[in-house]
Amino acid sequence: MTPSIEAVGLTKRFGSFTALDRLNLKVDGAKCVGFLGPNGAGKTTTLKMFTDLIFPNEGEAFINGVSVQKDRKRALAPCGDLIESPEIYPSLTPREALEMSGALRGMRPDEIRSRTKVVLEEVKMSDWVDQKVGRFSKGMKQRVNVAASLLSDPEVVILDEPSTGLDPRGMAEVRNIVRGLKKENRLIFMSSHILSEVVDVCDEVALIDHGKLLFYDTLSNVAKRLTRNATSVELAFLGPISDETLSAQVASVPGVSGVSRVDAQRARVMITGGAETQAQVLERLAAARLGLVSFEPSQSALEELYLQEISKGD
Amino acid sequence: MTTVAPVVLDSEIAPTLGHVPGTLDQAFLLSRYQLRDYLRARRFVLMMAIVAAIGAILSFILSYYHGSATVQGLTSSSNAFYGSFWAGGVTVVIIFSGIIFGGDAIAGEFQNKTGYFLMGLPIRRASVYVGKFLAAFAASLVAVLFYLAILLANGAYYLSASQAFPAALGASFLIALLYLLALLGAVFLFSSMFKNSLYAVLVVAVLFLFGFSLIQGLISDLVKIEPWFIITYAENVISYPFLSTLPAHVTTTTGPGGRFATTTYNPTYPEGLAIMAGYFLLTAIAGLYFFEREEFT
Repeated sequence: MTPSIEAVGLTKRFGSFTALDRLNLKVDGAKCVGFLGPNGAGKTTTLKMFTDLIFPNEGEAFINGVSVQKDRKRALAPCGDLIESPEIYPSLTPREALEMSGALRGMRPDEIRSRTKVVLEEVKMSDWVDQKVGRFSKGMKQRVNVAASLLSDPEVVILDEPSTGLDPRGMAEVRNIVRGLKKENRLIFMSSHILSEVVDVCDEVALIDHGKLLFYDTLSNVAKRLTRNATSVELAFLGPISDETLSAQVASVPGVSGVSRVDAQRARVMITGGAETQAQVLERLAAARLGLVSFEPSQSALEELYLQEISKGD
Repeated sequence: MTTVAPVVLDSEIAPTLGHVPGTLDQAFLLSRYQLRDYLRARRFVLMMAIVAAIGAILSFILSYYHGSATVQGLTSSSNAFYGSFWAGGVTVVIIFSGIIFGGDAIAGEFQNKTGYFLMGLPIRRASVYVGKFLAAFAASLVAVLFYLAILLANGAYYLSASQAFPAALGASFLIALLYLLALLGAVFLFSSMFKNSLYAVLVVAVLFLFGFSLIQGLISDLVKIEPWFIITYAENVISYPFLSTLPAHVTTTTGPGGRFATTTYNPTYPEGLAIMAGYFLLTAIAGLYFFEREEFT
C-alpha cells in the first residue's frame, strides 16, 4: 500500500480565530514533503489534527486512508510522529521510554531491543541509554523524541520542526537522519520554517499561510515557476547607482533577462545565460569601477516564492 | 564546512508493524511504566516520609503514654486499637496519596507535555486514563500498606498474639481500598478538568483536606439534611468492622430548654459502600469524558 496522508476540508477555529480554513491536501507516495509557513500559519495545528492531539471543527484527516478522528488507533499505527517538543516521564531512561513506546505499539521485545539500539545510535544517544531523561538538556530530549518517532520503522513520519531546540550540529544531524529516512514506501511530512532545511531534504513543498494552502508542488517546479530557469544575482554598490548606468553596464549584456532596483545602492539581475553571463556582468562592472562591493546569487527560488506568496496575504 | 554522510536505517532488522495491543492491555502496559516513574520520583519519597511521620508519632504516643488509662483502653482489644489508629489514620494516608499521585496525573500530561509523547502513539485516551489510574492506585496502595505495616508492628507489640491480626482489619482494609478508588476517581476528575497541575492539586487538596468536611458540617448542622452526596461522609464506614454496635443513622440532641437541636448523621453500612462505589464510577466516567475532549493546544 502506498503511504498517504490527506486533509479533507480540515478546519480549526479557536474562538473567533480561524487557525485552519478548509485545508484540502493529499500527499502520497514515498517522498519527503516540507510543510512551510510563517509562525501562526497553521502548520502545527494541521499536524496536531493528523495526530489527534486537537480536534477539527470541520473536516477529517486521513493516514493511509484511515480517519484519524474516527479510528485514531488504526490510523496512527503505521505512523511515527514528533509534534512540538514532547517530554518523557523524567524518571525513565531512553531505553525504558522507547521500550514503553514499542510495547504500546505492539512490537515484540526482541524487535524493541534491536530497534532501540539502531535509533539511539542514529540520534547519537547510545551513551545515555540508561540515564534518566529528567537530567537531559532540551536538545538531548529532542534526540530521544526523534528516536521514539522512528522506533517502529513507520511508513508515515510526521515531524513538526524536528530540529527545534538543537544546536547547529544537532540540526545538521537531524537533517541527515531525515535524509536517511527517505526510502521505498515511506512518506515523510515535515513542518519547518527553515527554508534551507526543506530545500536540503525535501522533494516537495506545501506552503500554508493564514490557515490556507497557498501551493503544493515539487521543489524543481517551484524553481521553474518562479525564475523560468533564471538565476537571480544581487549587486551592492558603495554609493547610489543610476538607472542609466545599470541599463548600460548590466541590462545590455546578452543573457541578462532583467534588472530591478532593490534600493539606491542595490539591484537584482535576472540571468538566463548561465555562468558565462554572470562572469561577463561581473567583469563589466569591475572594469567600469562603479564601486561594486558585492555580487552574490540572491535567495533561493523557494525563498523568493515563499516571500512572494506570503506577501500576497499581508 | 563539514558534511555528514546520510545515515540509512538497516531495513533488514527493521521490524514490521506489530499487532497493536487492545485498550486494556495498553492500559496495563502504560501503568507499569507510570508506576515505575512514580516509585522513582521525589513525590514517592515524600509520601513515604508522610506515612513514616504519622507512624512515628503514633508509635511515640503509644509508647510514651502507655501507662495512661486512655492508651490502655485503646490497647485492651484489637477492635479498639485498630478502630482508632487504622480507621482514623488510613483516611489521611489515602487523601494525601490521592493528592500526591493523582492530583496532577492528567493535568500534568498537558502542562508537562508528556501527553505529546504518549498521544502520538496508536493508543486510545481511555487506555492512558485507565493506565494512569491503575498506577496511581498501585502507588497509593504501597503507602497504605506501609501504614498498615507500622500499625501491625505496634499491634504485635501491644496486643496479644491472638488479637494482633483480627479479621475485622481485613474487612476494614477492603473498605479502605474502595474509599481509595472513590477518592482517586474524584481526584482524576478534577485533574482532567484542569490543564494546570498546580490548580488541580490545590483544588483537590482544599476539597479533601478541609472543603468537604466543612460543607458536610454545614449541611448536617444548618440545613439538617443527610450529606450522602459527600465522599468524606462515607469514610466513617471504614471503622464499622471494629464496632460491636453500629452508630444510629440519625441522632438528634437538644440543648437546655429544648433549644439548639443538633442532628448527627452516620452512614449505614450499605449507604457508605454505595456512596464510595457511586463516587468511583461517576467521577471516573466524568473524568474520562473530560479527558477525551481536552485538546493539546
